[in-house]
Amino acid sequence: MTALELDGLARHYGEREALSDVSLSMGVGRTLVVFGPNGAGKTTLLRILATLLRPHAGRLSVLGRSLPQEAWGVRGQIGLLAHEPMLFRELSARENLRFHARLHGVEDDRVEELLERVAMRNRAREPVRTLSRGMVQRVAIARAVLHDPELLLLDEPYANLDPAAIELVRPLIGAEAGRTRVICSHDPAGGLAEADLVLGLRAGRTVLLGGVRDIGLDEITELYR
Amino acid sequence: MSASAPQTRSQTPPAAAPARSRASRTPTPTRTVIRALLRKELLVELRTLESVPGMSLFAVTTFVVFHFALNRNTIDGDEAAGILWVTLLFAAMLGINRLFVADADQGGFDGFLIAPVERSALLVAKAAALLAYLVVLEIVAVPAFALLLLAPPIGQALPGLFAVLILGDLGVAAIGTLVAALAVRTRARDLLGPLLALPLLVPIVIGASRASSPLLVLSHPGGPPGRWMLLLGLYDLVFGLIAYALFEFLLED
Repeated sequence: MTALELDGLARHYGEREALSDVSLSMGVGRTLVVFGPNGAGKTTLLRILATLLRPHAGRLSVLGRSLPQEAWGVRGQIGLLAHEPMLFRELSARENLRFHARLHGVEDDRVEELLERVAMRNRAREPVRTLSRGMVQRVAIARAVLHDPELLLLDEPYANLDPAAIELVRPLIGAEAGRTRVICSHDPAGGLAEADLVLGLRAGRTVLLGGVRDIGLDEITELYR
Repeated sequence: MSASAPQTRSQTPPAAAPARSRASRTPTPTRTVIRALLRKELLVELRTLESVPGMSLFAVTTFVVFHFALNRNTIDGDEAAGILWVTLLFAAMLGINRLFVADADQGGFDGFLIAPVERSALLVAKAAALLAYLVVLEIVAVPAFALLLLAPPIGQALPGLFAVLILGDLGVAAIGTLVAALAVRTRARDLLGPLLALPLLVPIVIGASRASSPLLVLSHPGGPPGRWMLLLGLYDLVFGLIAYALFEFLLED
């Protein structure tokens, strides 16, 4: 089954083209890593895949559903980890996770399990605004996988995490979790290690696209020059 | 560089095991979603105290200003009803302006929009939260109004006034939620909210003032006038339906 099918995808904000003519195809269980400098269109692509933005041109299919027409069918199967942690600052980690659990019809046991897995159980009652950035990122990762999504959309997932925390969350969002993943990354080596398919964007246009064996580290580094 | 669209490489590991289904893939029951949203809304307000205290303080301060500006100890009838409702309306605007701010600024919208939920649940929960804020506002503001400005004793007017307040609040909650959802996604949300809301809320102020006016005199004849109550009820119904019909569209990109 094809998890992602993009054909001539485009999106603009007013006069500015954020994405233009992006096409690719990827199977279930694979990982697409998107590289590109700031403003390249990575976040726009992620938000389109998450059904939060509509494409202005092209065709798009996610988990076998055409978007935006069948967006309803994929909501609940997508886990989104964006720049914003999507956590209410005044609520505790546990309250935030329980809130999202209710939206997704998930039992509270899963909340406790994830708090344990991201080592946040002892700080679970404190308001999110009092947590460090790394802790907030761990809670945000727990939120993104709370409902066992089939597709994970991850924007810089390891940002603000120390090596120990990265090891902690890897079973949840790494390749071993067995999910289809789209990762936006600024780390050429780290990103390449995660990738099955690489997409390089610059000013919204595809400048690199290929399997991980076809694309070298130098080509990705070149994107940022 | 390869600009054509390749398939994934042949050496990739086999496709993952079928996804687990801890969450149901069916829509979450709307009642559950409304409860979760409302609980979150009230918790955030209790922790931040960003809306209700400001609304209440604004109303009380305005009554104090009227008390001195009118240079009269007491008022009644049309004047009293007008001052009460205009003050409540402007105090409500403070709450309306903040209704979606936490969601917009902290990513709550996105979390809600990617969940398998009926989107009108957000309208109902937000309107219910705003209604709760208005009730608390009035618990503070009406006694302050009676103390600072009103000539007749408030006790005799309370049953009728309660009915008018409920009808007025329902309309303010429906219109306020609709306008707040529209304004919060714009850059000029602080300006746009009142600019859109005030014209739509004027009929409520007119209807509620006319309905309250006979209650706020020394020897009032009975309950609030039926035709003004009917007008308020109809306006609430119409805007409730309009809000329900438009709300999902407002949340779309």
